[in-house]
Amino acid sequence: MEKGLTHYIWTHTRKQQLWILVIVALSMIPYFLSFDLPKQIVNGPIQGQGFEGEAARQMFMRIEFALPFVGNVVFFPGLELNRLEMLIALSMVFLALVVVNGMFKLYINTYKGRLGERLLRRIRFELVDRVLRFPPSQFKRVKGAEIASMIKDEVEPMGGFTGDAFVAPALLGGQAATALFFIFVQNVWLGMIAGVIVAVQAVLIPRMRRRLLVLGRERQLTARELAGRVSEIVEGIGTIHAYDTTNFERADVASRLGRIFKIRYDLYQWKFLVKFINNFLASVTPFLFYLIGGYLALQGRLDIGQLVAVIAAYKDLPGPLKELIDWDQARQDVQVKYNQVVEQFKVDNMVDPSIQKVSVEETAALAGTLAAVNLTMADDSGARTLEHVSVQFAPNEIVAIIGGAAAGGDALAEAIGRTVWPESGRISVGDRDLYDLPESVSGRRITYVSSDAYYFYGTLRDNLLYGLKHAPLRDPVYDDAHLNFRAWEKDEARMAGNPDYDVHSDWIDYRGAGATGPDDLFQSVSSVLDCVYLTKDIMELALRSTVEPALNEALTQHIVGLRHTLRDELDKANLSNLVVPFEPDRYNIEATVGENLLFGTAIGEELVGRAIGRNAYFREVVGRNGLDRMLYQMGYEIAENAVELFAGLPPDHPFFQQLTFMTPDDIPMYQQLLQKLKGKDFSETTDDDKHKIIRLSFAYIEPRHRFGLLTEELMAKIVDVRLQFHENLPDGLKGAIDRYDPHSYMASASIMDNVLFGRVSHRQADGPERVRAMVIALLSEPGIYDEVLSIGLEFNVGSGGRRLTQVQRQKLNLARALLRRSDYYVFNRPLPALDSRSQEQICRNVLTLVRDGENRNAAVIWVLTNTSLTDLFDRVLIFDKGRLVGDGKHTDLADNATFKELVS
Amino acid sequence: MLLKDEVQMLRRVPLFSGVDPTKLKLLAFTSDRVHYAAGEILFRQGDNGDAAYVILTGRADILVEAPGGQIKVAEVENNSIVGEIAILCDVSRTATVKAATSLEALRISKEHFLKLLTDFPEMTIEIMRELASRLSRTTMELTDERARARKPD
Repeated sequence: MEKGLTHYIWTHTRKQQLWILVIVALSMIPYFLSFDLPKQIVNGPIQGQGFEGEAARQMFMRIEFALPFVGNVVFFPGLELNRLEMLIALSMVFLALVVVNGMFKLYINTYKGRLGERLLRRIRFELVDRVLRFPPSQFKRVKGAEIASMIKDEVEPMGGFTGDAFVAPALLGGQAATALFFIFVQNVWLGMIAGVIVAVQAVLIPRMRRRLLVLGRERQLTARELAGRVSEIVEGIGTIHAYDTTNFERADVASRLGRIFKIRYDLYQWKFLVKFINNFLASVTPFLFYLIGGYLALQGRLDIGQLVAVIAAYKDLPGPLKELIDWDQARQDVQVKYNQVVEQFKVDNMVDPSIQKVSVEETAALAGTLAAVNLTMADDSGARTLEHVSVQFAPNEIVAIIGGAAAGGDALAEAIGRTVWPESGRISVGDRDLYDLPESVSGRRITYVSSDAYYFYGTLRDNLLYGLKHAPLRDPVYDDAHLNFRAWEKDEARMAGNPDYDVHSDWIDYRGAGATGPDDLFQSVSSVLDCVYLTKDIMELALRSTVEPALNEALTQHIVGLRHTLRDELDKANLSNLVVPFEPDRYNIEATVGENLLFGTAIGEELVGRAIGRNAYFREVVGRNGLDRMLYQMGYEIAENAVELFAGLPPDHPFFQQLTFMTPDDIPMYQQLLQKLKGKDFSETTDDDKHKIIRLSFAYIEPRHRFGLLTEELMAKIVDVRLQFHENLPDGLKGAIDRYDPHSYMASASIMDNVLFGRVSHRQADGPERVRAMVIALLSEPGIYDEVLSIGLEFNVGSGGRRLTQVQRQKLNLARALLRRSDYYVFNRPLPALDSRSQEQICRNVLTLVRDGENRNAAVIWVLTNTSLTDLFDRVLIFDKGRLVGDGKHTDLADNATFKELVS
Repeated sequence: MLLKDEVQMLRRVPLFSGVDPTKLKLLAFTSDRVHYAAGEILFRQGDNGDAAYVILTGRADILVEAPGGQIKVAEVENNSIVGEIAILCDVSRTATVKAATSLEALRISKEHFLKLLTDFPEMTIEIMRELASRLSRTTMELTDERARARKPD
């Protein structure tokens, strides 16, 4: 990037800057005309100059020039107008000039704004582009949030400055020079005075502002560091909580804010001091004019007219001058910011742009073997992690690397994966250096997996397919409106020096995943998910998801059908009482009283949670049937039981887990309430107390709580009220509840609940697990499995994939690597979070997939955590202290000393 | 069966006979009532112990894995507790328990059980008494075995 901002702006916007200068110059013509016009209007038609006499007329808009050699040429003969007509005509011209001036201003401002925004876009893109080309080591030194704050906030003022970078000094400087020149013409001495004061301002003020710039730079740095610290707090929140260091963090943030405050306060003090001096100097000039000019006038060396003219002209000087000084201030400010930012992004050993060039062609398989030649790697402290290792990996070879922690195998894998660059030596592919190959070759034909994978915010599917998105392969189909927009988008991108790849293109390299297109991609996805045992997790995610029936009609209908199948399966397995289904005219003993009453999921705010107790219609239906009295009775007994059971326990006692209808804090409240209500009839209690008591009954489940409160009569009454409630449901409430309907899909419930359409019995041991297994089995049948798995793949993994468990993350990482068809797979201890049995099993699966999978023919380099799996590999490399100490078949290594040590 | 009936049953379990009925009610409330059909397994030998079971009605067989197959070593009936050893000393299950008839049980989770022991020393003493008597019984059996083994010499 260019060294100075002005240089940068000039390089990228030269043409536009010149154009805008021309436009500004042009705009001066109507501007000055509009200055002259009022005088003409006042003197001419209003005061009557040139209209002496009744029928006096004048020519309007006569344009004639006396040209040399040609003589007088009349371009426009003009119109003859009387006084009133002239007034109207001139006023109209005035109006026209106002409009023209306005239009010029509008055009100039818009143009400058657009110019600035384009430049801002260019700078921002260039910075991100540089981040993408940083060498890996750079990322150990920088904080993400600081980079983000630079790209987002710190470069922002540069856009605003761009439009004024050249226009403002030209314009304002011109104006100031004109005014000064005019004063000089009137009187040399007064001109000198004005000149000296201007010179003082021009020298002194920027000097004083230097301190402002220093403070500005400090402000920028501290603000950036603050951004870095805040992001550290967010990322490290687990550690902070674990070690009770929240207050240390508070202190740190407070002290930083204190520093920022101090800097900003200093900044204000200086700024206003400078402003004061500036204003003072500006006002002291007229003082000198009055004093010296007056003295000269008294002496008779200056006539009064000149003095007045000088003072009048001086009025026009401070304005432009002040703006010019402000402009200079802004210039220095953005210059400093620019330098600061550019310095941060100037890094040695940046990846050459040609290496990352986008390539839509399919890359051919790597020619030749992959070899490390005299490779030496070092960590950040300079300690060698790998020393002069030379080794070759033939295509199709399945190689294991073993060794203790940091023995060197992982460093070799990192070098092949290009996450750490070699200190010396090289890695070659055939006769070329791996690091000179374009990433479209090395990043596709070699797949590197380590345990610290990153996940982008988005769905599981996005993350799984991430490794296939190398280039915009297929243009999206646009309608005309979108085509126009796309064309505009391309133009703009080019004008700001951005690439014009379409992010809405289909970026997925289906062939790279062993598929031919979107339709058969699922097979590849499904097989790799099976391979790493992630399918079950994703099915479970799907079970907990809700789907919109309108968008998944076939699936939801199928699920409604499955309710019946599940019932049959349960009957067949003699487990029919494992799930109690919802039936419109029967009480579901395993569901709460509230669920039975409402018989649906409340989705509108009128019925959700506590609001239902205040809903007039609901209360009316319940009250009309006398159910409120019965529920009150029930709630009262529940409260008695709960208070009896839990009264003496400390609030953190584990038994409270079983108390589903109260929190430990509620106990004392209910204790008091019970005393207050003792012996009182239902009709004597207040609404609020009724509400508190009845609320308890809503969460009651007889088989679970076993207080013996649910009589046949009560159950019948509840079902009766349920039917009445739904029968006369007012229109306003129809959208507030998703009713349990055996024949339709409930949009507000999860897939699991929709298949189940009932409640799992509390009395069956392991009931929920057994039912879940059965439901998964039902949903895994052909025809529906794909769709269900797809729904699971829509799960949002959250920021950095944190909504997944670590085990799931590592499995997903392996899956997305295996989805790619590569020539070499490098697995650098990819699954440390898994137990060793699962690791082994997955390792076997992966090797089978790579060996026998359709047209894979790939080589595997696997850094193993232990030696138990070496017999699965063609060849085993043993590393110790950064050196290769063993290389051969599994069977030949029994005598190797390091191997023996590792095995023991 | 209601909570109060369960309390009655629990009182007949020797381990809980000395415990205040309101506390037994709390124990019953916080435990899961589970039902097993004949032939279903409560837990298997070698599993991690996460709960003890009080059998309310029905019978269960206690089986031990042996080289020749499963051997039934004992039978438990209502009002007895099974599975308490594994949660007391963090070993895996020492035997498999299988419902012999249709069976109702209270499943007391490890956490709750241990909490009960700290809250109610009388229960702890009862447990100690039970364990001590088992120990003395096994010691006696061992002595007999050894004496019998020495005789042929």
